Amino acid sequence: MSKLAAIANPQPKVQSSKFKVQSSPTLNFEPGTLNSPSPQPPAPSPLLAARDLKKSYRKGRVEVPVLKGVDFSVRPGEFVAIVGQSGSGKSTLLHLLGTLDAPDAGEIRFEGNRIDNLPACGRDVLRNQHFGMIFQFYHLLPELTTLENVLAPIMIRYGVLSYCWRRREHVERAKELLEMVGLSHRLTHTPRELSGGEMQRTAIARALIAQPKLLLADEPTGNLDQKTGAEILSILKTLNRDAGLTILMVTHDQAIARQADRTVRLVEGKVAG
Amino acid sequence: MYKLLLSWRYLRTRYIALASIISVMLGVGTLIVVNSVMAGFAHEMHVRLHGILADIIVEAHSQDGFADPDLLIAKIRKVLGNDLQAITAAVHVPAMININYRGQMLTRQVNLIGVDEATYAEVSDFRQFLLHSENQRQISFLLREQGYGDDEHSIPPSGWNYRRLKAHYERELETQKRLMNQAIDPGGIREQEPVGEGEGRSQESGVGNQESGPEIPQDPFAAARPQEAEVFDPAKDQYTGIILGIAIGSVRQRDAAGKVQDVFLCRPGDDVGVAFASAGMPPKVIAGQFTVVDFYESKMSEYDSGFAFIPLAAMQQNRQMGNAVTTIQLKLKPGVDLTATRDKLRAHFPPDEHPYRIQSWRDMQGPLLAAVQMETTLLNILLFLIIAVAGFGILATFFMIVVEKTRDIGVLKALGAPSRGVMSIFLSYGFSLGIVGSGVGMLGGLAFVYYINQIAKLIELVTGQEVFDPTVYYFQQIPTIVEPATLVGVAVGAVLIAVLASVLPALRAARLHPVEALRYE
Repeated sequence: MSKLAAIANPQPKVQSSKFKVQSSPTLNFEPGTLNSPSPQPPAPSPLLAARDLKKSYRKGRVEVPVLKGVDFSVRPGEFVAIVGQSGSGKSTLLHLLGTLDAPDAGEIRFEGNRIDNLPACGRDVLRNQHFGMIFQFYHLLPELTTLENVLAPIMIRYGVLSYCWRRREHVERAKELLEMVGLSHRLTHTPRELSGGEMQRTAIARALIAQPKLLLADEPTGNLDQKTGAEILSILKTLNRDAGLTILMVTHDQAIARQADRTVRLVEGKVAG
Repeated sequence: MYKLLLSWRYLRTRYIALASIISVMLGVGTLIVVNSVMAGFAHEMHVRLHGILADIIVEAHSQDGFADPDLLIAKIRKVLGNDLQAITAAVHVPAMININYRGQMLTRQVNLIGVDEATYAEVSDFRQFLLHSENQRQISFLLREQGYGDDEHSIPPSGWNYRRLKAHYERELETQKRLMNQAIDPGGIREQEPVGEGEGRSQESGVGNQESGPEIPQDPFAAARPQEAEVFDPAKDQYTGIILGIAIGSVRQRDAAGKVQDVFLCRPGDDVGVAFASAGMPPKVIAGQFTVVDFYESKMSEYDSGFAFIPLAAMQQNRQMGNAVTTIQLKLKPGVDLTATRDKLRAHFPPDEHPYRIQSWRDMQGPLLAAVQMETTLLNILLFLIIAVAGFGILATFFMIVVEKTRDIGVLKALGAPSRGVMSIFLSYGFSLGIVGSGVGMLGGLAFVYYINQIAKLIELVTGQEVFDPTVYYFQQIPTIVEPATLVGVAVGAVLIAVLASVLPALRAARLHPVEALRYE
């Protein structure tokens, strides 16, 4: 966790000037600017664990089961890819894990605490402060500039007064994050003026600003060409490797899934093999 | 924070919502204009209705009046004490006025009022309505040398100057006529001679001065005229003065160019015949000549065409009613409650014991005032309905925006925005739309009110149709009063409607399921 904290909330000893800002989309953290880049030893307790998750949707009168009892866990610092055919329920699983939806049965634990039965406000706080999410279609708010989009989770967390009180600080952090993803020249552009890759990088910066413990990525490269997708993926890998960020990624692309530490295959609503 | 930012951004980027707010704007603007103009009219009307009426009027049922007015006045003074500012007695009697206009007799039916010059001015604004500036300071029933009218009221030359010229002209005319008659029929002169140019005749109408009025040969009162020792010279003498409402002595009409102007049937310096009933049974017709000494213009056509004033003493003497009067008029000190005072007087002089009734000026004009009040209320309701309709426009537009923003709402929820927060985005959006709409509408309305006369002129120019006809309203300008309380009420009402209209869409937005919202294409 300390690594993530380091990237998301630079300690005084980590000077922001030490981040090399490069026009190249490839992140190049100088070794030593962050805490030890070696992967954390596997922790006995998983960061996120799902047990016997079931979920079905109603289509008219027919009940369509999507998840039929999924057991699954992510350890801190892991980069896990969930793969499966379309319709295998991988997005649904991600939504359940991200508390965007509630399972019909089973339980989800985050750091050992059950989160699937939290009240709405508790889940809102969890999503806002502990989870970062990126999506296939980026889902930036078109009315806001790049910088404001990145700041959105912070604005959601704080009220008007407390936000304005520490506004300068928040804006600085947002700018650093945008620098890290190579978008410092796009601060005042609206999403409409950005390319797909730039939008996804903005979304990554947005997901990181709240110093999340877990990054949930739903087909992050699904809408990008191969080169841009590779760039995005390398950002994620750098974050995982250098900052120790736990990443859970859903994809249907085997090639991309292979980049992850571990791959979980989902077949017809169940974890295969 | 994000709520404010987003609603601010929505406000700036969704022009369709601004279009829907235009209806709120128009509604607010119209409400303000209508209310201001109605308030202006109502105020003018109040002032004019009150104009020549005293605050409270004690009116005898009979034309013979109160036998002993001084005693009653003393009693009223005692009852009201300090609340009373002024009190006066007057005699009201229906009368007919005959105006000789270019050889024709024009008859007007009026309410002839005998007033006390000294005290009548104290109980009403009557004095201010007089056309002669001296008379505005002190009512007088003596003809002035000149100086009638001002910039606002153009009166043809009047006063003694005019009267002397007219007398001279008529004397000349008479001479010429006689000469002509002599030329045609030399014998006829003998019949005319005893009359002495018609100047020798005099009248005794019992009026203050002793005088005679010969210049109207068809004088209907000629028969009633006894011989008078003193010779009345219209160039030097006047009959008892009479003050006419301007609409009695003039006709307002448009000339060929469409300009509004007054045509005077008589003017200060002319003599008019007046006939009215005497007191006692059976009433006899009292007829006499009076000299018009001034006009008054209260700008209330009902009054301006219906009242004529003569001195109280002359009235009492003519009607042979001693010192009796038919009304006692009171003016209260400023701030004294009109209705309460009236009720107090009614309690002290119960109608079953006293042969008169006590009314405030509002009672006398009650139906009219109530009608105006009701009109204002109805208009307000109608216009608020317009704003309510605008509210439904906002409702529809908001639903559209919520549907359009479904995915963004999902994103916000995925980022951890609570449903309450999503709801308040749309509520504050509606609120700010309401603020913008009512703010712009209010500014527009106020500007419209401020420039209403110029706008009326512009509309006249464009359409050729006169918006505001001074022959109808007696106003030179459209009166307006902007009441701050109305402004606040209208603005708050409009904002409230806008917020209420956004409640349903906001609720819908808050209830959106994040997964479905994110999936929404």
